[in-house]
Formats: sequence, C-alpha cells, structure tokens
Amino acid sequence: MPTTSPTELQPQGPTSPGGPLRRRGTADDAAGLGRSRASAFVAPALVMIGIFLVFPALWTLYLGVTNWRLTGAAAADPEFVGLDNYLDALTDDRFLNSLYLTVIFVFFSAIAGQMVIGFTIAWVLRLSSKRIRPAVEMLVLIAWILPASVIAWLWLALLDRRSGTLNTILGTEGTAWLLEYPMQSIIAFNIFNGTAFSMLLFGAALASIPPSQLETARMVGAGTWATLRDVVFPNIRGHVLTVMLLVTLWTFNVFTPFLLTAGGPNQQTEILPVFIYRLALQAGELGKGAAFSLIMILINLVIALVYLRVLRERRT
Amino acid sequence: MRTFRSRALAAAVLAPLLVVTACGDDDEAPADEGADDQEEPDDGEDEPAEAATLTISKNSIRGGKSTEEAEFIEDWIIPEFESRMAEEGVDVTVNFEGSGADDEDYKTALALDLSTGAGADVFAIDGIWVGEFAEAGYIQPLNQIYDGVDDWDGWSQINEAVQQNMSFNGERYGIPGGTDGRVIYFNKELFAQAGLPEDWQPTSWEELLDAGRALAELDGVIPIQLNAGTPMGEATTMQGVLPMLAGAGARIWEEDSGWQGASEPVQQVLDLYYTIYVEEGLGDPLLQQEAAGRDNSFLQFSEGQIGMLLEGDYLWRSVISPDSDLAPMENRDEVIGWAKIPAIEPGAGVDGQDFVSMSGGGGTVLNPNTEHPELAWELLTFMESEEALLERHAEQPRITARDDVNAQLIDDPLISYIAEEVLPITFYRPGFETYPQVSVALQEATAAAADGTTAADAAADYQATLEGIVGADNVAN
Amino acid sequence: MTTTIEQASTHPRAESMAFARAALGRIGRYVFLGFVIVFFALPVLWLVTAPFDRAPALRLSFPSFTLRNFETLLDNPYALRSLGNSLIISLGTMALVLILAALASYALSRVRIPGRDTLLYMLLLLSSIVTGTAAMVPTFVLITELRLIDTHLAVVLVMAGGLLPAAIFILKDFMDNTPKSYEESARVYGASPLQILRHVVVPIARPGLATIAVWSVVQVWGNFLVPFILLRSPENFPAAVIMFTFYTEGGQPNLALISAFSLLFSIPVVLLYLFVSRRYGFRFYGGIKS
Repeated sequence: MPTTSPTELQPQGPTSPGGPLRRRGTADDAAGLGRSRASAFVAPALVMIGIFLVFPALWTLYLGVTNWRLTGAAAADPEFVGLDNYLDALTDDRFLNSLYLTVIFVFFSAIAGQMVIGFTIAWVLRLSSKRIRPAVEMLVLIAWILPASVIAWLWLALLDRRSGTLNTILGTEGTAWLLEYPMQSIIAFNIFNGTAFSMLLFGAALASIPPSQLETARMVGAGTWATLRDVVFPNIRGHVLTVMLLVTLWTFNVFTPFLLTAGGPNQQTEILPVFIYRLALQAGELGKGAAFSLIMILINLVIALVYLRVLRERRT
Repeated sequence: MRTFRSRALAAAVLAPLLVVTACGDDDEAPADEGADDQEEPDDGEDEPAEAATLTISKNSIRGGKSTEEAEFIEDWIIPEFESRMAEEGVDVTVNFEGSGADDEDYKTALALDLSTGAGADVFAIDGIWVGEFAEAGYIQPLNQIYDGVDDWDGWSQINEAVQQNMSFNGERYGIPGGTDGRVIYFNKELFAQAGLPEDWQPTSWEELLDAGRALAELDGVIPIQLNAGTPMGEATTMQGVLPMLAGAGARIWEEDSGWQGASEPVQQVLDLYYTIYVEEGLGDPLLQQEAAGRDNSFLQFSEGQIGMLLEGDYLWRSVISPDSDLAPMENRDEVIGWAKIPAIEPGAGVDGQDFVSMSGGGGTVLNPNTEHPELAWELLTFMESEEALLERHAEQPRITARDDVNAQLIDDPLISYIAEEVLPITFYRPGFETYPQVSVALQEATAAAADGTTAADAAADYQATLEGIVGADNVAN
Repeated sequence: MTTTIEQASTHPRAESMAFARAALGRIGRYVFLGFVIVFFALPVLWLVTAPFDRAPALRLSFPSFTLRNFETLLDNPYALRSLGNSLIISLGTMALVLILAALASYALSRVRIPGRDTLLYMLLLLSSIVTGTAAMVPTFVLITELRLIDTHLAVVLVMAGGLLPAAIFILKDFMDNTPKSYEESARVYGASPLQILRHVVVPIARPGLATIAVWSVVQVWGNFLVPFILLRSPENFPAAVIMFTFYTEGGQPNLALISAFSLLFSIPVVLLYLFVSRRYGFRFYGGIKS
C-alpha cells in the first residue's frame, strides 16, 4: 500500500512559519519593531475590543446574577439573586431542550454539512477546469455574502407551503417544509449559508500539500480514499481542526435561522441564540438572558479548550 | 439600571479612543443637525422665546408599516401644529421618529431609550404595555407630568372603559387611540351551499361546531379557523383564547382570585381547540403554525376557502375591503356576514352574558423626562383632538376613542355593529406587567392542544408555566 | 494525466480497473458538482425573477416582466438612502477593522509580546460572541453614555469591536506567511516600522486584507440588531433595518418592495466580492494554520 508520508512528522515545510503557539523568541522581528512599538501597534485594536466587546460582556456577567428585566418593577429596582438564574438554567426544560437542539444543529449543519461538503467541493474543484471552478466557487460564495435577511426570503420562497419552488419541483404540493421538517430545513439553510468558509479554507489547505506527495500516491496507484487517508489528511490535520473550531463556534452562535422559523413550530428550532434573543430582548428577561449567554460562552470555551488539547497532543 | 459604572469607565477610555478612530470613520454625526437648529438666530422677533424641539415616536414609517399614520403625522399634524404654535408666538419644531419594525422590537427599543432617560417626548404604546412600563417607571400618570391634564375637554368624549385601556392602578397614563371588537365572520356563499342561514347567529359552542360540521361536507373548505399557536402572537390570545375563555365564564385575571390556571373554563377552551383541530379536523392546524399563517388565513378567507374566521374589525376595514392591497374582496358587502361570539351555553359567559368579545388598542403617552411638558401635552391633545381624528380617519372609518368623532365618522355597517352591539359586551385585557408572558403561555397551550395534546395535559403544562411567571400564590384555585 | 497510472500498472486487468475507477470517479464528480450547483443556485433564482414580476409571490415563475416594483421602491423615501447608510456604516467599519487589525496582526506576527498566545486564543473565543444578544443592552447603555445614540459612528464602533478579534486572528496567519526578507532589506535602507508596514507588508498581504475587507463588509451589511438598537431616526437606518419595515399594517410582507429591494441590497456586496476576487484573489491562502 501507498507510503506514509515522511513529512507528516514535520507538518509545515520550511517556508511556512507556523502557528501562533509554536514560535518562540523574537527572531522574526524583521522590521525591528521591538516589544514596545509592537505593543503600541496592538493597543488600538485591544482598546476597541476592550470597550465595545469585553466591557459589555463583563457587564453581562454582572447582569446574570440579578433579576433585571427590560420593563416592569424589576426594571426599576433589580435585585441581586446570586446564582438563581444559573440554577434555573439547569432545571429549565426549555433551556436544556434548546441546548440539545443546538448540538444537533451544530453537528449536522456545521460538521457533517459545511465541513464535509466544503471539503468535497474543494477536493473536486482542485481538478476541475478553469471555467467550472470559478463558477462553482462564486455560487457557493454568493450564498455566503448575501445579506441574511435576503437569504431568509430566498429560502422562504424555496420552501413555501403553497407555491414554493421545492414543492413545484418535487411535486410535493402542500408540504409545509418549515413546519413538518423544521430542523432539517434550518440545517439545510445553514449549510447553504456557511459552506463557503469551509470550502475556501480547505481549498487553501489542499493547495499547501506538496504536489510531490500526491504524485507519489498516484504513481503507486492509490485510490481516492487511500490518498485522502494517507496523504491528504495527515497534511491538513491542523487545518481540519482549525476549520472545525471556527465553524463550530460560529454555528453555535448563529442567529439567522430565526428569520426562517422564529424558533418554531413549538420551539422545535429554538437553538440557543434564538432562545436567548427571545428571552432577553423579546420577553425582556435580561438577567436570565445574561446568565444563559454566559453558559453559552462557557460551552464555547470548553470547545476551544478541547481543540487546543487535541492540537497539542498532535504535536507531542 | 444605574449607569454610573459605565460613565466613569467611558470617560476614562473615550478620549484615546476617539483619536484612534478619527481616521477610520467618515461619518457625519447627525446629532449635530439638531444642535444647529437651536443656534439659529431669531428672525428679529420681539420674544426671545427659545425654540423647543419635540419628538413623536410611533411604530410606523412612510412607505412601510402603517404608512398612512406616518404620512398623516408628517404631512398634517406636524405642519399644522407648528404653524398654530407659531401664531401663538411659540417657536416649536416637531420631529417624527418612525420605526416600522416588529412590535416586540419597537417595544425593546422604546424600553431601552426610556431606561436611560432618553426617548421621544410623545410616543405610542400598546395598551397591554402600560402596566410593565409604569412599574418600571418609564411612564408616569399624565397629571404628574403636567398639571393641566385633567382639565382637558376630550376626556368627557372618551368612554370610561376605553380609558381603562391606557390606565393603570386607577391613573391615566395616556390618551387611548381607539378601540376595536371581535366577531365571527362567515362566508354567506359557503353557508348557503352547506344549508346554513344567511343571518346565522350561534348561541352556543355546539351550534358553532354544528355549522363547522355542515361546512366540512363541502370540498376544499376549511370550516373554522380559530387562531392558535405562538407565531400568531397576540392574535391567538385576542382572537382565540380570551374571547372563548370569556364565553366559558372566566376572565384571565380576576380581582379577588388572581390568574386562571388549569381551571375548568381553561380546559373547556383547550378542549374546543382539540375538538376543532384534532378530533374533528374542522380547522387546518398547520396554518396556525406558519410564520405568515394569519395573513394566509386572511387570503384563504377572502378566496372563499375558509368558512368562519374569528377576527377584529381590522379584517373588515383593512384586509378584505375592496380597496385593500392585502386580500381585497370586491363583493365583500354581499358575501361576508358576521355574528357575535357565543358563550359556551346561553348565559354561561362572564357576568352571565350570552355573547362576549374582547377589545384592545393602543394609545399615546408622554415621556416623563420631556423638557417641555406643557408643549408635549399640547401636541398630544392636538393629535387626539376631534379635528385631527376626523381628518385622519375620514377615508377609512374606524372606532376612535372619541364619541363625538365616532358619531360623525361611522357609516359602515360592521363598524356600527361593533360600536353598538359588541362594545357593550366586550372585555379588556389586564394591564399587568406579567400579562404579555401569560399571553405567550396561553398561546403555547393552544399550540399543544391543536397539535394533539389533550386539554387536561395542555392545561397542566400551562399551569406550571403560569406559576413560574406570576408565582403560585397568584394563580386562582 | 493517465500516463503515471499506465506506467505504474503494467497488468492489463489492473489497467482496465483503474480506467473504470477513473471513469466512475469522474461521473461521481460531475454528479456531485451538479448537486452542488442546484443546491446553491436554486434558492437564488427567486432573487432574479421576483423583482421583475408583476405580482411577486413566494414562488418561482417566469415573470410577466415589469419594472414597476422598482418604481414603487423609488417612491419609498427611505429605501435608497438606507443603502447609502449601509455603505457608510460598512465602509467605516471595514476601514477601522482593516487598519487596526493590520497593525495588531503584524505586530503579533513579528514580535512575541508577553502573553501573546493567551491573547490570541482569547480573541478567537471572543470572535464567536459578536452577536451576543444579551450584551446588546449593556452596549446600548454604553453608547448612550458616550452620547452616540442615533449616530452611524456608534454602529461602526460596536461592529468593529465585535469583528476585530476574528479579523486579527485570520490576518495574523496571513502575516505569518509573508516572507520577511523584504522587511529586512527595507530596514537596512532605514525605513521605519510603519513605513515598512505600509510599503512592504501591506502590498504582500493584500489578498488577506482584501478578504478581511469583504468579510467585514458582509458582516455589517446584513446586521439588523446592532443598528436597530443604536439608531433612532429612519433617515439613519441602514438597509437591513429598512427591509424589515416593508410590511403592511397587518404584518403582511410587501413582496413587491421586498423582492426589488433584496436585489438592490445584494448587488453591492456581490460587486464588491467580484471586484476583490478579480483584483486580489479571494483566498484565505496561506490560510489559517496551526
């Protein structure tokens, strides 16, 4: 069987400088920035992030231990309720259900959907002609750059119960996709909306594989699966993990399905961002909404840590 | 919410920030425009009266949602008011801040503004928001904002029950903008085909269902569409649960006992949903779950595919009127009939009534933080004056809050019917801060019942949710 | 392209098997590509037919061609202005994000500032909470205290704050992949770090910067919640907010306005993408590595 690439052990070639964690020392400081000037370069961005992202986020942390509401008596005089909101979350069926739906949604739309389809597109396009490749890429990218509200309308027209395009094509007149298959619908919707990112990143990753290795695989007559398994994946494992992390985090926080189903019917598509939006802004339960958001951020943190762990294990 | 925290921090970080961002932003701060206006020199007038600026905010926008209302304010109210005040020597500029978003989003934006002491001087809110806004201190009784409020001659023209809609704890918080009533609309042509009378008036739920069963014999006709589920929002509560609940003999909130839990009337209502949507299939349960389900029900009703629809006068005057662009019916006056909503049995409704209805409506309030309370009140009363309302509703009559205006305006058979026959038997929602959440809980219960959950189970779930919202002590046993 | 296989497989049976496999593979590829094209093109068709339909509905139909929907749109006092507002907000955000992210990512790529790695991963984590709805209320109060309510600047600042972490993270990898020899020579000739960044690094990292530019414009262009919460005058609303006002009194969407506006709303970002993709190449190449 085909060779296991010897370069697997040194993931990047000498020309690529490597990732954020690997570099030690200031040997790369080609422009002679120095630490103080480098800090000055970083500072403006950190100030912006600090004021407009971290500061509101910390404030949210504080809100999470109050019973503050947008309106009503609790708006005038919020009380400190300690960890009640967090304890509520653990026993709140609607929250737990929402968490479960989010896991399903992330797994099928991000990992099984966007990543697998995105990779396959990148893999297939790699060999495609000069005319097909840009055309397909553009189609996939358009689905990503169109404004969310426009995309929502496109899908409402596609899935409409009465005269929707899908029913016309499949001859399934009267099928209310958004009601009868709500989760499947928003999963397909999110695959449509987000595959571009995976496709681009995997495209870049595939381009970084030394052509000689693919050539070798071909010479020994390796099939597609064998090539993928023995040459491609070992080379791009780092990319796969990064894409997985980014896509998972983003999908975890995606709000656009709200425009399609508003969390319904009967909360069947009430993924966490939608649930928190309805709770915090529509129902005005700011304290609870803040606490639930924090739980969501903690879950994100766990995902990121698991990713880091896996990445580190790969290196040692 | 206290904001001193942010003030200190903001001050500390703001200065360097603006230096940093100055290069990256090509934005003209529109706030400057207002400042310029104020600095304009007087045109040699004797009085050094400082120009006042007032802002009106409503959830309507020219060219979009409720465009007529926005146009009326911008094209008539504002110029008229400004010129009249100018004649009196008062220099005032009025701005209109339209929104046109979802009602919930409009409410969020309002509440955010008010929580920071900002917001328009005069703004519109729904009657059911009065309680929660008042409890939060976002609005105050009108006579605490301006002394002369009680002297307004318009109050005598507004029915006490209608005033209640914008009142809380016995205090007036705003001037109601009008009211409405709900009836059962039916398609006379379909009724004729099913052998039902043209002047149909059910006196019990059983007669209502009987008519539905007769209509079920016709091909491609949905006999009864009774609003259910959360996508319809408040329409489910007002055109579904609450009128039926009143017909079963209960108000959702009673002064001496509290909120209705899984009581017998609530179970009877949920059982009605179960009967219509599950047991006998007299309604289309999917239609109730669609995001645009209510609009589709209008459309299907106007196309003769729905036999009976419980709706407010809004359906008649704005949706199926021949000049509407939603679901116009050329032959509306000939084809569509209406009937009062019956109690479950004659005499079984609230207060022993035979027939019931629900009414709602919004109103306009003053911002407690307005810099010009007197002028703002002047503007508000002008907006709700006989003259302005006649001007506003001349083309499309509706039930305004003022009796003098109604008397001159209403010549439409249905609107008169509602004003004369329905308003005397109608009920209003309780203006408590928790009401909107209770309403959602009721919507969820109807969704469950229409989806096949038995009335007892749906009611039990509802009771649990209700206890979480208002506390178990406040639920009637 | 089959020469290598022929050379490698001398056995005739193996040869025909390889041929069959190649043929099957090719068929599979086209079937897959066909599926991809249909999946991604089908929904978009509505966008090019409905705006020109006399009675646009939620269906695909050959339109009885008309431009009336666009005329209706022009009558709307806020429609075109809102596109201008979107342009101001998204270009403002883009400029801010690009400048700050380029500075920061370059410095982070070249110099090991203490705590850099922790910082980078904190940034990554933060990048996922851009749309945090619960944080909208503190954000609103903050903007109120800064007296920036109802200004485009407020939206630009909040959006930029939310987008910067991901932008820095992605750009840093681009910076890592730009060769350093030019910088060294420039330094020898006495160029200051800022000059080196402007005249040496930026031109090399241009595809990355262009990609971030498109990415940030796209993020801002479609965002409803931030501008809705922070802006008050309809004159200041961007297109994403105005689009949600195209409803009639009963909440019935006005499809004539919505479909025509959707098209106008989409064209700028598509053009921007095409421009960037032609000019610089729209690639995360070099890409995110680990």
